[in-house]
Amino acid sequence: MAITEENPGYKWVGTRPIRPDGLEKVTGKAQFGADLMLPGMLFGKVVRSPHAHARIVSIDTTAAEAMVGVKAVITGSDFPDLAANGAHASDIDVANNAIAREKVLYEGHVVAAVAATTREQAEAAAKAVEVTYEILPHVLTVDEAMAEGAPLLHEGMITKGVDPAPEEPSNVASKILHERGDLEQGFGEADVVVEREFTTKPVHQGYIEPHAAVADANTDGRAHIWCSSQGHFQMRAYSATVLGVSPGTLKVTAAEIGGGFGGKTVIYLEPLAVRLSQRAGRPVKLVMDRDEVFRATGPTSGTRIRVKMGVSNDGKITAAEVWMAYEAGAYSGSPVGAAGMTAIACYDIPNFVVEGYDVVCNKPRVAAYRAPGAPMAAFAVESVLDDLARDIGMDPIDIRLANAAVEGTQASYGPKFPRIGFVETLEAIKDHPNYTADLGPNQGRGVAAGFWFNAGMMSSATVHINENGTATVVTGSPDIGGSRQSMALMAAEELGIPYESIKAVVADTETVGFNDVTGGSRVTLATGAAVVDACRLIVEDLRARAAKTWDVEVDQVEWVDGQAQHVDGSQPPLSLSDLAAKSGRTGGPISANASLNSRGVGAGFSTQLCDVEVDPETGVTRVVRYLTAQDAGRAISPDYVEGQMQGGVVQGIGWALNEEYIHDQDGVMENPSFLDYRIPVASDLPMIDCAIVEVPNPAHPYGVRGVGEVGIVPPMAAVGNAINDAIDVRMTDLPMSPVRILEALTEQRD
Amino acid sequence: MARTHITAVVNGDETEFLAEDGTSLLNALRDEVGLTGAKEGCGTGDCGACSVMIDEKVTTSCLVFAPEVEGATILTVEGLADSGELHPLQQCFLEGAALQCGICTPGFLIAAKALLDKNPDPTETEIRYALAGNLCRCTGYDKIVRAVQEAAREMRGQ
Repeated sequence: MAITEENPGYKWVGTRPIRPDGLEKVTGKAQFGADLMLPGMLFGKVVRSPHAHARIVSIDTTAAEAMVGVKAVITGSDFPDLAANGAHASDIDVANNAIAREKVLYEGHVVAAVAATTREQAEAAAKAVEVTYEILPHVLTVDEAMAEGAPLLHEGMITKGVDPAPEEPSNVASKILHERGDLEQGFGEADVVVEREFTTKPVHQGYIEPHAAVADANTDGRAHIWCSSQGHFQMRAYSATVLGVSPGTLKVTAAEIGGGFGGKTVIYLEPLAVRLSQRAGRPVKLVMDRDEVFRATGPTSGTRIRVKMGVSNDGKITAAEVWMAYEAGAYSGSPVGAAGMTAIACYDIPNFVVEGYDVVCNKPRVAAYRAPGAPMAAFAVESVLDDLARDIGMDPIDIRLANAAVEGTQASYGPKFPRIGFVETLEAIKDHPNYTADLGPNQGRGVAAGFWFNAGMMSSATVHINENGTATVVTGSPDIGGSRQSMALMAAEELGIPYESIKAVVADTETVGFNDVTGGSRVTLATGAAVVDACRLIVEDLRARAAKTWDVEVDQVEWVDGQAQHVDGSQPPLSLSDLAAKSGRTGGPISANASLNSRGVGAGFSTQLCDVEVDPETGVTRVVRYLTAQDAGRAISPDYVEGQMQGGVVQGIGWALNEEYIHDQDGVMENPSFLDYRIPVASDLPMIDCAIVEVPNPAHPYGVRGVGEVGIVPPMAAVGNAINDAIDVRMTDLPMSPVRILEALTEQRD
Repeated sequence: MARTHITAVVNGDETEFLAEDGTSLLNALRDEVGLTGAKEGCGTGDCGACSVMIDEKVTTSCLVFAPEVEGATILTVEGLADSGELHPLQQCFLEGAALQCGICTPGFLIAAKALLDKNPDPTETEIRYALAGNLCRCTGYDKIVRAVQEAAREMRGQ
């Protein structure tokens, strides 16, 4: 189902052809991060801290270096000391997270790495590296980290965003605050006020492909890195920083990426592989085991969030007060900033205070995860809104419609919204047959909504016309979920040639202009706009060439359906293949580059409807029906828009019901495997019904908003609200696992 | 360390390779035979990305020692297409957009083939349980299940 404000009559945009990279991926030919083998390549292995917080007293590598097959052993001292060099604090954190220098800050923190001729030799050598630690007291949660007298991770950390600045250091890296109106007056106008406290656990992005990097260093300082990442230009920049070299000395080739969801926007292995390769004089491959992925990469924050909201009896939200603390892991930078901006952004609320804290603790440094920060805040806010709707006897869609942000609403985080499609997603849910489907015993229905900004940022694209009139579209945005198809579809529309005549590829850092990471739902929006710009330059060039051929003014030439036509029909049309064949006589090869910085993002909204069945004997919750409505702006590639919507929902269902990091009292992760950290499997789920809403983004040539992220914002509250509807229990702690449901049911009976 | 000489039929061809006794079939296929279609997602048999068929039985190749397959017949994703013609499952995965990143796809194709070999007309529930040992983090499984349903229909001639 698609709601379209206008039908622009596109020929290619909005169709469902086979993706350009599909064949390689169903035949096993696609080269992912760990698939590359080079002649003489060594296998590397990383040595990791077994302690959550400790001072490194000494590292003895002599035994490891003496072992058969071992070609290189490196530690933190093999990298420049950025702190001593006066580098920017954020760069120092990146470097120290890649390999520890004085202290380890979480279990799994890298302390050394080895390279040897076989995997087995590398693993044995990693075990032979002797590290002496002085164990320090640790803090694992925001509660522990913010407690009076808590052990400090960073002795110089003074909370930012507080005036006057605190005199004493703490584990609170920063405070954020958004305020409007008069909170007291707002709550005074409310007929019903609900206040609740929520907690969520760290969860991992859970991509199936572990991090992998191959590096081949030359003796002159240059090096070539192949890695699985969401942005090889970013990997180049970070690696250059950690290695202390100019970015131009590194060439990074993007392997096919086996999932990322935000977690592959940061470096882990790349600079280690380069240094090992330099020391050994041979190419080195580093691949993480799954337990390393869990212990040392991702996850997203665990949180504690308090929400107080008031409504009048007509359903108008009069006031909202939100307090939130987000775990950053070992270094500052939790997504609490985005959480604060998104928490109540769906609604037009006259009086509010949103206050948040970025808190470091002895867990892996959090990485972006799909709409970073927004899902936990939405779990809290959308749960409270559901309670308020029940208390005043209002339909859950109607209460959201009564407060929905629309064009012109002053967003809670500042700017006025341009045209947005939140209301349309609410209406799409209400109009769908799922909304009135019958519910069985122990079943319940929940609604929740979510907002995400979407990002623009910088992109470059090059379009080449081949000698037979086919085209190659080159970008530097790793394709994580079908974006090459979107690029090819937009290019086909612009050039007027068949989709099948276009090959869309992702080039390395030396072959195409700079591209920011594949993240923020930005690629189809921003890289897509660069492709459109480049295609339009090509079309201008083709018109000029036709005009030259016909000896007429260029304004006499139109580009229609892949061919140049004279406006009065006085010349036989020249097709793209005609012009390509004659390019040598009309100015040389036909090619264009376009680079841009974002010209305006389009905010994304999603509303979701979940039906669950709760087994009162076991506490097991089963999702029996699910519908997601999301404003895509324009679905360039509907198959992969649905894929993003469905994938986001299912990750959210896992977050809601199963997934959590479990640490023991020493700060050691107890469930670093897919057996014990259980992500949803096919038999857990129903089909995920999709309603693509299309309210075009006025700032994009095709109306694209971006679709990758907002789908994960509503599910936890949608599931929680459905559980509440089924068994009349408000779950406030994630995950809503069978044990927690049973506890809540027992409490209810008592 | 001495390595064992192994002979097996891999994707229809008699294949010889060497592996240490403790080397997994997955690593032997990838490093020694050069077939990197099977992926390591976990190394503990939990994700199914390394699924191959050994003597017609779907198996996580990360949990099999390479010397165990002496004399066996192995099918990997690279052997699924027949003389350049895609298997209906491969075609239906492409047409149904049943992959996003594609890392889990080889394992799903093998597991789905194993299902359809035994049960040409599975219900949605049977498909979901047959694929429950294969993790996909991108798709939410919806389009994968539909692609298997479509392939089953085509293979039954419907």
